[in-house]
Amino acid sequence: MSVVRPYGDTTGDGMVQVSFTLPLAHDKRAEGAALQLAGNMGLDPAMLVHARPMGEGYTFFVVYGRVTHLVDTGKVQVVERDYPLLGAKEINAVIKRRLRRRLSVVGACIGTDAHTVGIDAILNVKGIAGEKGLEYYRELAVTNMGAQVSVPELVETARAQKADAVLVSQVVTQRDAHLHNTRAMSAAFREALPAGRRPLLIVGGPRFDELMAAELGVDRIFGRGTTPRDVASYLVHALLGDRK
Amino acid sequence: MDKLGLDPTVVARARRLAERAGAPVVQLARSHTTVSVERAVLRLAGVSGADSDGIPWVNRLVDAVRADVGLGHGVAVPVFDALAREGLDDVTVLAQKAAAGSVRFGVPERSGPAKRAARRATTAGLKRVDRRRIERERLIARLGDAPRRPWIYLIVATGDIYEDIPQAQAAARAGADVIAVIRSTGQSLLDYVPEGATREGFAGTYATQENFRLMRSALDETSRELGRYVRLTNYASGLCMPEMAVMAGLERLDMMLNDSMYGILFRDINPIRTFVDQRFSRQIHARAGIIINTGEDNYLTTADAVEAAHTVTVSQLLNEYFAHEAGLADWQLGLGHAFEINPEVPDSFRMELAHALLARELFPDAPLKWMPPTKHMTGDVFRGNLLDGFFNLAGVLTGQGILLVGMMTEAVVTPWLSDRDIALQNVRYVLGGAGDLHEDFVPAPGGFIRSRAHHVLGEAVELLEKIVDDTLLNAIADGTFGIMKRPADRGKGLDGVAAQEPGYFNPVLPAEDQR
Repeated sequence: MSVVRPYGDTTGDGMVQVSFTLPLAHDKRAEGAALQLAGNMGLDPAMLVHARPMGEGYTFFVVYGRVTHLVDTGKVQVVERDYPLLGAKEINAVIKRRLRRRLSVVGACIGTDAHTVGIDAILNVKGIAGEKGLEYYRELAVTNMGAQVSVPELVETARAQKADAVLVSQVVTQRDAHLHNTRAMSAAFREALPAGRRPLLIVGGPRFDELMAAELGVDRIFGRGTTPRDVASYLVHALLGDRK
Repeated sequence: MDKLGLDPTVVARARRLAERAGAPVVQLARSHTTVSVERAVLRLAGVSGADSDGIPWVNRLVDAVRADVGLGHGVAVPVFDALAREGLDDVTVLAQKAAAGSVRFGVPERSGPAKRAARRATTAGLKRVDRRRIERERLIARLGDAPRRPWIYLIVATGDIYEDIPQAQAAARAGADVIAVIRSTGQSLLDYVPEGATREGFAGTYATQENFRLMRSALDETSRELGRYVRLTNYASGLCMPEMAVMAGLERLDMMLNDSMYGILFRDINPIRTFVDQRFSRQIHARAGIIINTGEDNYLTTADAVEAAHTVTVSQLLNEYFAHEAGLADWQLGLGHAFEINPEVPDSFRMELAHALLARELFPDAPLKWMPPTKHMTGDVFRGNLLDGFFNLAGVLTGQGILLVGMMTEAVVTPWLSDRDIALQNVRYVLGGAGDLHEDFVPAPGGFIRSRAHHVLGEAVELLEKIVDDTLLNAIADGTFGIMKRPADRGKGLDGVAAQEPGYFNPVLPAEDQR
């Protein structure tokens, strides 16, 4: 099926639920205004199911309705995994055979973000969702720099550890700080190291658009739900190719 | 109250171990000073304002003194000696001249007159702090206090103080007893305090003395309108911890986040810098009648909340020891803990109750700060609202003192107006519906909750024993708390630490702290 509609309780019913606040005191006109907005958003018919005044001059609305828009799944653009997902054993074996030394990975949270949950989930032995982190892989040499690492420190450490790949995590971000930080990071690596000696640059975090890798000057972006195995498999694919 | 049947000898042992672990760190704090402690002294002595680049005069003056004679004597004597030599009576003017390079600083042979002048100036500052404390007590007596415990604690964070003010007032009208203004991301790593009213920040608003004043004055207005005193919270943390404490005292802030180890673990600030700054800031808080909030909740966001439960207890005991040592009373200890156990774990709610009740029973006179779930908020706002409801229920059942209102949009966006409204409905329903349910909530002897609490306390004692053997600084270096490894010779702000020279003088510290 290439054209779909939202699903409420019947195929094709197109039902959605939205909630929003308008800067209007709660009265009949405010409710009418909420329905007008819902109509402009493509909800037809729209049902106002809840309206609640908040403070002075604001009202919160919940609206259910049938959305008139369609989704063509054939036109959806996403980054599909374009490399095989390997197990830890295979990954170690490929590195050992093709690289003949341990593959060096340096990870950090850059900027002012103090949330290491992302980088720790990927790097720490403990890992996430039952998968062990990259430190668990025998053939990976992992340096986890932790939080609030400056870009020059990161470049210096990457150089000192002869990093094959640099992993940067950005979890909490405001006003596109994750994008600015990533651009600053990739620019610093371009400046510090010639093309052949630059490590693979990978960023991850829930706010990234996986399609923006080229624009941000990095090799790969990983979004929410990424596991250590995804990253390890990608490292092997990108650095060593898939040949066995 | 005794609902857990804790063994008083084990509890006493835990406290004694915390004292033994903390005592060497107190010695360290008493024998060092920092640029921020010295700047805080100058703020109390009346130095205010900033140069055209926004660098405060306290920074310029401390830097100038340091360049001439180092920090080890304290800045008070060199500054007030120079003030007399220059024939000036305004220390800010001296700072301006020093910044222009036209003043030389030294440590005089006869330091008596400079010490007396310094003490006169800082005593005037401390008197202002005292007056603010009395003012708070009077306002609470006249207007009335929060209507119940726990106090409902809400956060505003727009980045613009003039947007924060109406939001804070609206939050107070909607039922908040405490307003916290979150600081701009990264302020903790600035080695100066920005000046003036600010309208730009990242995920929060800069803490400045003027922003403190504006918000306190707006909330005073709202307090009068509502007939109850609304408390204001900010952060005495990061590289300027002592100065933040002074500013809070001068502007009558009511609570300050002030953890003994947070900056070390989560901001990579040098451990010695943190302990020296922390002790001075707590001495100021003690005098100002400010309630501190400690940051144990943060350990559970990086480590596993079940495995690391005892590290929270250990940190609470250390925070209590450091706080008492600095002169804070039990009613000023908002010791932190959080609802961060993975909800998929069987009996997760029972374990939360066990941990929360353990903190309650260990610190019966402290207004515990109960922090909502963040780590297991997935972006599913519906599930998040349910989790927050259980968090609120655990808070009511275990008699928490300060309840930070959880947002179902945690980890999604900074709270919207509607998020806050829905979150407050959740709190009101649970607090109202549960009423005095804590009276009926007595865990069965030998049951799961009691056993779990005993187990966690036992693990805490074991860990404290290890810390005493290893020393606290080494334990921090080894990653004992919140997984982060922080050695004492690394971290930000180390260059701002100096060992006290013989004859070190700080007019703000009590006589027994002078060398």
